[in-house]
Amino acid sequence: MTNRLDLPEATWRRISPKYLVAEFLGLLVTAIVLAAATLPLHLAGWGLAWWATAAVVGAVLIFAIFTPRRLRAIGYQLRDDDLVFRRGILFQRFVAVPYGRMQIVDINRGPLSRALGLSELKFVTAAATSGVTIPGLPAADAEELRDRLVELAESRRAGL
Amino acid sequence: MTDDRQYELPAHEETPGASAAGEPVTERSESVVSGAPVTALAAGLSDGEWHRLHPASPLLKGGIALLAIIGVVVANMRDQLVEMFVPGAGYDDGNPIGLIVENGLIMWALLAVLVTLLALVAGFYVSWRMHTFRVTEEVVEVRSGVLFRTNRRARLDRIQGINIVRPIFARLFGAARLEVNQAGQDANVKLDYVGSSAADDLRREILRLASGTRTASAPGGSHVPLDQNIVDRRVNELLAPELDPDAAEPESVVKLSVGRLIGSIALSSATFVIIGGIVVAVVLSFFRGDALFLLFAFIPAAIAVMGYDVQKFTKSLRYSIAGTPDGVRVGFGLLSTSNETLPPGRIHSVKVSQPLLWRPFGWWEIKVNRASHSSTNGAAGQQNTTILPVGNLTDVKRVLGLVLPDSADETAAVFAERGLVARGEPDDGFTCSPRRAAVLRWFSWRRNGFAISPGAVLLRKGAIWRELVIVPHPRLQSVSISQGPLLRMLRLVSVHVHTVAGPISAQLGAVDRDAAIAFFDTVAQAAVRASGADTSHRWRSSEMAAVSKPAVEVEPTVEDPQHAPPGPPL
Repeated sequence: MTNRLDLPEATWRRISPKYLVAEFLGLLVTAIVLAAATLPLHLAGWGLAWWATAAVVGAVLIFAIFTPRRLRAIGYQLRDDDLVFRRGILFQRFVAVPYGRMQIVDINRGPLSRALGLSELKFVTAAATSGVTIPGLPAADAEELRDRLVELAESRRAGL
Repeated sequence: MTDDRQYELPAHEETPGASAAGEPVTERSESVVSGAPVTALAAGLSDGEWHRLHPASPLLKGGIALLAIIGVVVANMRDQLVEMFVPGAGYDDGNPIGLIVENGLIMWALLAVLVTLLALVAGFYVSWRMHTFRVTEEVVEVRSGVLFRTNRRARLDRIQGINIVRPIFARLFGAARLEVNQAGQDANVKLDYVGSSAADDLRREILRLASGTRTASAPGGSHVPLDQNIVDRRVNELLAPELDPDAAEPESVVKLSVGRLIGSIALSSATFVIIGGIVVAVVLSFFRGDALFLLFAFIPAAIAVMGYDVQKFTKSLRYSIAGTPDGVRVGFGLLSTSNETLPPGRIHSVKVSQPLLWRPFGWWEIKVNRASHSSTNGAAGQQNTTILPVGNLTDVKRVLGLVLPDSADETAAVFAERGLVARGEPDDGFTCSPRRAAVLRWFSWRRNGFAISPGAVLLRKGAIWRELVIVPHPRLQSVSISQGPLLRMLRLVSVHVHTVAGPISAQLGAVDRDAAIAFFDTVAQAAVRASGADTSHRWRSSEMAAVSKPAVEVEPTVEDPQHAPPGPPL
């Protein structure tokens, strides 16, 4: 008997493993910025300044260790009438959005993602809390998925 | 004064033959000449032609500013006026008008005033002439602006509500402000101002066109007899009841009694904090003389709370909620009145809640989430998401029946009642939290639960501050379940039903894991089914077949065929 959340008979589509590189680079930048933020402590000659820097970098490192597992937990599936999205290991979240509820599909690409050929797909409904954002999709897949979602939404269009 | 002859046109020149033949009724006043804008105020505003607003609109919109300017001028002329009638009375030469008179500039001053006045009048006239609107079968469209032109179109099937506001000043002129609310920020179409009875007709016509029915609406309720003069008619309009008795069936009307209104305001937490503070201050100062300053510290706060309460009270007077053929009508106001019609299917979620202090009296408050943001406040200066400021259980049931016509049947009413007052028995139709959830929900774990009725999701929460959230299936945007480490240890899950943003967050914590997964599946399927079958954007389109029926007798039909009452839910 498991306490974890899981949907019975669900086959999840995963995001691209290349997205891990983007995440790691992002974490590296975060670590550098946070370490730089502790610089004033060093300049002030505070005795525990090195400990502060180490703590900050350590926190980012711990986060980095869990990143591969966290990215593996991201998944989505296109069911007959709705899109189901899952994410999180410590804080799990499952969302089901009927296709007809779609208002907007966004595709976002940052400089890093673009270098890796990845896109982020955002599915927007009239509810701000739906929050379906699928990161790390290969660019071609993302566009194909977008077109598919628009097509599905068109055939099942509903009001607000 | 305004050109009142135009009000005297009958509101509807209906051709019964046309409606029987299933043709859309197009009313044309005789003054319509080939698309040229007409200032018809009561007749045929929804005929698809361009129309102008009420001629007094510029005055009503800029009225306060103009009055202020006149006030300043008169105040400065006071001495001259006194001198005029009582020669030799005190003459103070310190003011600008005095200077003008002394220096013999009176002609120039008059000229300047005249030119300014003319320019103002011309400006207002041009802007009034350029401000036109029309209502077609598909859209409401407004054109305005002289130098910078604006054109706004709103699709009729996306209307979220129509609001008619009559500020006291405008009521004296027999004018009203009409606002067509659409989903989204700053997405409303405003017509300020139109004739008072024309506003009612226009709203009925817009809703008729939007509803998708082909039947002609019945001619409007109270039309003032034509043989009266202007003064009598104005007086009658001012004294008329806020809710026209013909507009809604009497048994569907919920009113607020004055006693309960005062009670509900007095029993707010703010009042108690102030009274408690004063009592503490008095008791303290009894023992220690120097604690008296505490009492003075509370006086400003007490005055502020009192002022707020009085304002809340006056703004909630004559409050009524009624079911009309085109949706729920919420109206209120003593001097300045306001009333809004929400077509069926425009209410995205409903929350019935009970502050602790109201509990001995059995009073409840109802709030709703809606997609539009009206620029005018609701009753009591609150957001107009509060649809019932205070009411007892009977009122609550009636209002729930109005705002959620799907759940108006007997079983749904039983559900709602259990959702509100039940302490939470194991088999009352709600799937409640297991015993282990008592760690997180100390008192409410028995009550904390959900139910899925044929038309809606019901979430019941709280044992001390009791509340019930109802989300109709066709309005549900998405559903999610989530679990953090703490909930995981207890094998619990939090469920969340997403609707458009508003004061209500339809979330329920500490639900059993398996029950939550089942909830996720069931609700996701129900949402898909309901949104596919939903026709509420054209809420009366199913009446197309029954054209010969008068529209007034037909109930709003947002009923989902797949959700037609199949016995008791769950």
